Amino acid sequence: MTTQNMEEQIRQYILSEFLPGEKPANLRNDTPLRTSGVLDSVATLRMVTFVEEQFGITVEAHEASVENFDSINSIVAFIESKKQGAS
Amino acid sequence: MSASHLCNYLEASACRYPEREAAVDPDGTTLTYRELDERANRVAGFLVEQGVRAGDRVGLVLPKTTDALTIVFGVMKARAAYVPVDWSSPADRIRTILTDCQVRALFVDGRRPDLADASNTVIWLGENAGEAAVTSQPNAFSWDTVLAHSPHRVEADARNSGDLAYILYTSGSTGIPKGVMLTHTNATSYVDWCTEVFAPTEADRFSSHAPFHFDLSILDIYVPIKHGARVDLISDELGKNPRDLARFIADHQITVWYSTPAILSLLGEFGQLDKFHYSSLRLVLFAGEVFPVKQLRKLAIQWPAPSYYNLYGPTETNVCTYAAIPTPIPEDRTEPYPIGWACSHCKALMLDSENRPVKADEEGLLHISGPSVFSGYWARPAESAAAFVEREGVRWYNTGDVVREDATDGYIYVGRRDRMVKRRGYRIELGEIETALYRHPSIQEAAVISAPHPESGVRIICFITAPKSAQPSIVEMKTFCSQHLPSYMNPDVFIFVDSLPRTSTNKINYQALIQKLQSAVRESESGASGT
Repeated sequence: MTTQNMEEQIRQYILSEFLPGEKPANLRNDTPLRTSGVLDSVATLRMVTFVEEQFGITVEAHEASVENFDSINSIVAFIESKKQGAS
Repeated sequence: MSASHLCNYLEASACRYPEREAAVDPDGTTLTYRELDERANRVAGFLVEQGVRAGDRVGLVLPKTTDALTIVFGVMKARAAYVPVDWSSPADRIRTILTDCQVRALFVDGRRPDLADASNTVIWLGENAGEAAVTSQPNAFSWDTVLAHSPHRVEADARNSGDLAYILYTSGSTGIPKGVMLTHTNATSYVDWCTEVFAPTEADRFSSHAPFHFDLSILDIYVPIKHGARVDLISDELGKNPRDLARFIADHQITVWYSTPAILSLLGEFGQLDKFHYSSLRLVLFAGEVFPVKQLRKLAIQWPAPSYYNLYGPTETNVCTYAAIPTPIPEDRTEPYPIGWACSHCKALMLDSENRPVKADEEGLLHISGPSVFSGYWARPAESAAAFVEREGVRWYNTGDVVREDATDGYIYVGRRDRMVKRRGYRIELGEIETALYRHPSIQEAAVISAPHPESGVRIICFITAPKSAQPSIVEMKTFCSQHLPSYMNPDVFIFVDSLPRTSTNKINYQALIQKLQSAVRESESGASGT
C-alpha cells in the first residue's frame, strides 16, 4: 500500500466519522487533529482501533499519543515506522 | 464534636488510624492520615493568616493530586468553602466562575500563568510554579511557603454543619455557569447513606476517577476518609486511557469503583480487561447519565464478580435514588435500567408541571427533599427560589427530570423538557454552546440540538448560518469550540444552513430542526448512495 493510499483511507475515515459534511480539501495532511479539538480522547481511541484493523499493526497504550496522532502525516509516519520495525 | 462536618471525618480517622495510608497521588507517592491532617492544618493556618474568614470562598484550579486533596481539607478547616474548577477549561470560563463567587484566595497550577490576576492571594503549585510566582503580583505565594506555615488550632466548637463546604459550578442556560452551594450537612447526610448501603471498611481502596469539580468526587473523597480507607487518585490523562486504567485498577487492587458510564463503556470496549485480575473489585457504582445496556452487558461479562449499582441525582442533591443492577445482563434486554427508589436520607415526589401530584401511571417531574438538598445557587436568588416547590411546609427541589414509577423497580428515567443534556456525565445546557458559537466573528445565527446515539449516548448538533463569503470550515468550527468550551461540550456535528426555522413568535423552532435531522437520518439509512 502506498503512502498516498494510506493518507486517503485515513482522511476518509476522519471525514466520515468526525467531520460529517466537511469539504475533503479542508482536511489537509498537516491539519492539527488532537491539538485543534477535531479528535478528542474518545475519538482517538476509535482512530487507534481503525488503524490497527486497517493496517495490521498493534498500537501500545503509550503510542496512542497526541504526537503520533496529531495529523494525517504523523499517523502515516507512525504506521510506516511500525510496519518497518515490528512484525 | 458533631459528626456532620467533613473535617471531622479526617480528624477522627487521623486519631484512630494515623499511620494508615489515606491517599495515593497519581505519581505513586502516598500520604498517611497523620500527614494529610497535619498538612491540611498548615494550609488552614496559612489561609487564616492571609485573612480568609468563615464563609469565604477559595478557588482551586489544579490537577488532581494529594496536594489538591490537602488543600480541600485545609480550606474547610479554615471554615471557608472550596470552589474546584476544571483546570483545563478556557481562561474566560475559569475567570467567570472565580469572579462570580468572589474567591478570597486561589490555589492554581503553574501551567496557568494566565490566571495570575484572578485573585488577590494566589498560591502556585506544580512544575512551572516557580516561574509563574516570579512574574505574578505581590500577594503570590509558593506551596512550600504554605506547607511551612504553623498549623491552625482546630476550634471544633466553632464549626457549624450548616456552613458552606464547597460550591460546584454547572452549565448555565444563558451561557454563564451557576454555582451550586453545598453545606457540610448536605455532604455528610449523603456520606452517611453511603456507609449504610456500601458498608465500607478501612481495608477498602476507592478509586478517584472524577475530577474534584464533579459531585461524584464527594463519595470518592469523603467515604474512604470517613472509614480510614484509602483513596487512589487518578489523573485526567490516565482517566481517559482505558488500557492503562484497566491495569491501574488491577495493580492498585481497587475495591470500589465509581464513575460515569462513559469511562466504564470505554473500559469494557477497549480496556482488554481479560489481561488482568480483579479479585479485589467488589463494587462498581455509576452515575451521571444513562448507561447504554449493550455496554453495561459487555462490562459485566468481563467483571462478573462485583455488585453493580446505578446511582442517580443532580448536583443539587447528590445521589438521591439508587438501583441495584443484577448481573449478568440478560441478552435480550434493551431497556435502560431504572434509577430505583429514594435513598433513605431523601424523600421523592412526582409532580406535574402545575406542581400537583401526578395520578398513578402518569409521568411526572421528580422532586426531592431532605438534608442533602442544596441551599441555592450562588448569588442567584430568583433562580434558586424557582428551583423549589413548597408543599405542606416542606421544600422540594425540582430535578427537571421526567420519570415514571414502576411498582417493583422504582423510578424509571424518561427524559427532560428543557434544553439540558448529559454527556460523559456532565450537565450541558445547549444554550451555553450557542452562546459560545455566537462569539465566532462569522457566525450569524446558531441553534444547538441533541440527538440520542446508540454508542456514545448523545450527539450534539449545531445548525449555523454564516455569510457565504466568510463561511468557516468544519475543522475551524471544531477548533474554535475547543478553545471556548470545555471538551465535553464540544459539538459532534456542524451543519451550515441558509436560515434557521422560526416559530410564529419568531423564536427558533427547535422542533423543526429535530425533525429535519430525523428525516435526514432516515434518508441516509434508507439506502441512499452513501460515502
